[in-house]
Amino acid sequence: MASTTATIRAPTAAEALLLRPPRSLWSNAWYKLRHDRLTMIAFGVLLVLGLLAAAADIFAQAVFNYTFEKQDLLHTYEKPTLEPLAYLLGSDEIGRSQVVRLLYGGRVSLSVGFVAALVNLTVGVAIGLTAGYFRGRIDDLFTWFVTTLNSIPTIFLLLIFAAIWEPGPVTLTVVIGLLFWTGISLYVRGQTFALREREFVVAARTIGARDTRIMFKHILPNILPLIIVLAAIDIGAIILVESALSYLGLGILPPTPSWGNLLTNATSYFIRAWWLVVAPGAMIFLTVLCLYLIGDGLRDALDPRLKAEK
Amino acid sequence: MRNFILRRLLYAIPTLIGISIITFVIVRLSPGDPIRFFVFGQRDITGEDIERLRHAYGLDKPLPLQYVDWLLAMVQLNFGQSFIYHQDAFQLLLGRVPATLQLAVVALGLQLLIGVPLGVIAALKRGTWGDGVIRVFGVAGHAVPAFWLGLVLIIIFAVQLRWLPSQGMLSVGKDVWDIPDRLRHILLPAFVLSLTGIANYSRILRTETLDVLGQDFVRTAHAKGLHERTVVFVHALRNALIPVVTALGGILAGLVGGALVVEQVFSWPGVGQFTFQAAIAKDYPIVQAATMFVSALLVISYLLRDIAYAIVDPRIKAG
Repeated sequence: MASTTATIRAPTAAEALLLRPPRSLWSNAWYKLRHDRLTMIAFGVLLVLGLLAAAADIFAQAVFNYTFEKQDLLHTYEKPTLEPLAYLLGSDEIGRSQVVRLLYGGRVSLSVGFVAALVNLTVGVAIGLTAGYFRGRIDDLFTWFVTTLNSIPTIFLLLIFAAIWEPGPVTLTVVIGLLFWTGISLYVRGQTFALREREFVVAARTIGARDTRIMFKHILPNILPLIIVLAAIDIGAIILVESALSYLGLGILPPTPSWGNLLTNATSYFIRAWWLVVAPGAMIFLTVLCLYLIGDGLRDALDPRLKAEK
Repeated sequence: MRNFILRRLLYAIPTLIGISIITFVIVRLSPGDPIRFFVFGQRDITGEDIERLRHAYGLDKPLPLQYVDWLLAMVQLNFGQSFIYHQDAFQLLLGRVPATLQLAVVALGLQLLIGVPLGVIAALKRGTWGDGVIRVFGVAGHAVPAFWLGLVLIIIFAVQLRWLPSQGMLSVGKDVWDIPDRLRHILLPAFVLSLTGIANYSRILRTETLDVLGQDFVRTAHAKGLHERTVVFVHALRNALIPVVTALGGILAGLVGGALVVEQVFSWPGVGQFTFQAAIAKDYPIVQAATMFVSALLVISYLLRDIAYAIVDPRIKAG
């Protein structure tokens, strides 16, 4: 009976190697990401921006003691100052607090970016997967449609749509989402094209798996890394387009603040208050830069071909 | 080669038809009655007159027939009269083309002159701080909102330093051929417009040059004892430049789309600004003419890109 304790011993080095949890694509990627300082900083900054925007109400009340539509005609074009804190980034032409409006603007701009990206990822992946998997007529139709859509500058389409239909924020977000999927779908289609010929797909088909099962259970997981990378870049691109449209006075309309429409009247601030021009654009720049850096970092982390280099 | 070009030309036709359908539909499905816009402000119009006008303009026909009518007129470059200017929409648009063309050509030149060397330098100096700066710039150039950069540059160079003008193509009262004055006007907008392309080219060229420098024929060239400069400029660069041709299509699309915003910031009297004003005023003939024109331009440039690519890289024809 005493011998039971004797059978438990420390594993040898070779056994320890077998006992450690297996390294999957995702754990590998996470390991690489954690050591990629630039990407982690970008993640951090984006997280802070997201939290600031999400908690805009709390900040506006507790810290700045100012609402985003509150006006003060005695304090227009105030320079950035700590006293009062609400004018941390100055005040605009009717005495509204720039910093509070930036917080709320961030909420709008970020949600438009994320929601629209979600829409066009869904559409782009579904369409790209279908076209790449079934090929033939469906793919011809797909190619024609994507080529057509790609030949019209998206900003033209958006501008015309926005000018004619004067959509609200939700409609606009959905429309942006429905216009930007072509790039994603082309990538997904290309990958699907290559993957559908691979042995594991043939094997799945031989045991009688249905098309939808092969598409979503076998092919989709293999292009998921690519989709994640595209998503990060996509959100950035959408935020840029929304801001340009809002700047032109056609996107998110005042009084709802967005980073773009804070600059609509910028030409009248040029001489009096340059800080009112610099801040909103800097926020857009910072956000999009973070998203693009994250995209780059994710690409490096998730692309198995790059593993050999390091 | 001739077959390739012919086939590629044929492919462009369904694309153009697709574009025309979208252009037609997006405007025709708009809320509001075009006839009401047309007669707006004329008090002595009766309901009967409106019906007659509707018939005269073919607006009482079913939508597909209206599309065919519109298409047939459009093929003859007849987009109808502008609602606002009461002149031929296409002619008005053509008047704005030279301004945009100047802007786009200068921007494209800047992209090639700055972007390509940046990418090559980054690749040759791989791992140094210079490479790092260029790489950061390659990402940052994409992330900058163009309109904001334009505004900031105006504040710096026009408002604060007073070195460059902020608006328009020409100072008031100057001669049309005053080239230095024109150059001063075009500098800021062209730079803003070119930024994405510069970033793009610097990224592409860096990757491509690194790729080419690692290939066997470069090692052979080195082994033959050729001068470093000869290897880079004669052997490597020629191959690394192929993607410059491929990227041109996307770059041109970026220029056309970007011009719309940049022209607005700098009050540049080009196609983009014109389209913007027309869209705001719901001047549909101009909006349709502009969309078709710009898209056709893109289709042609994609076509030329593919042909150029086939010339540079003969393997493409087979595929």
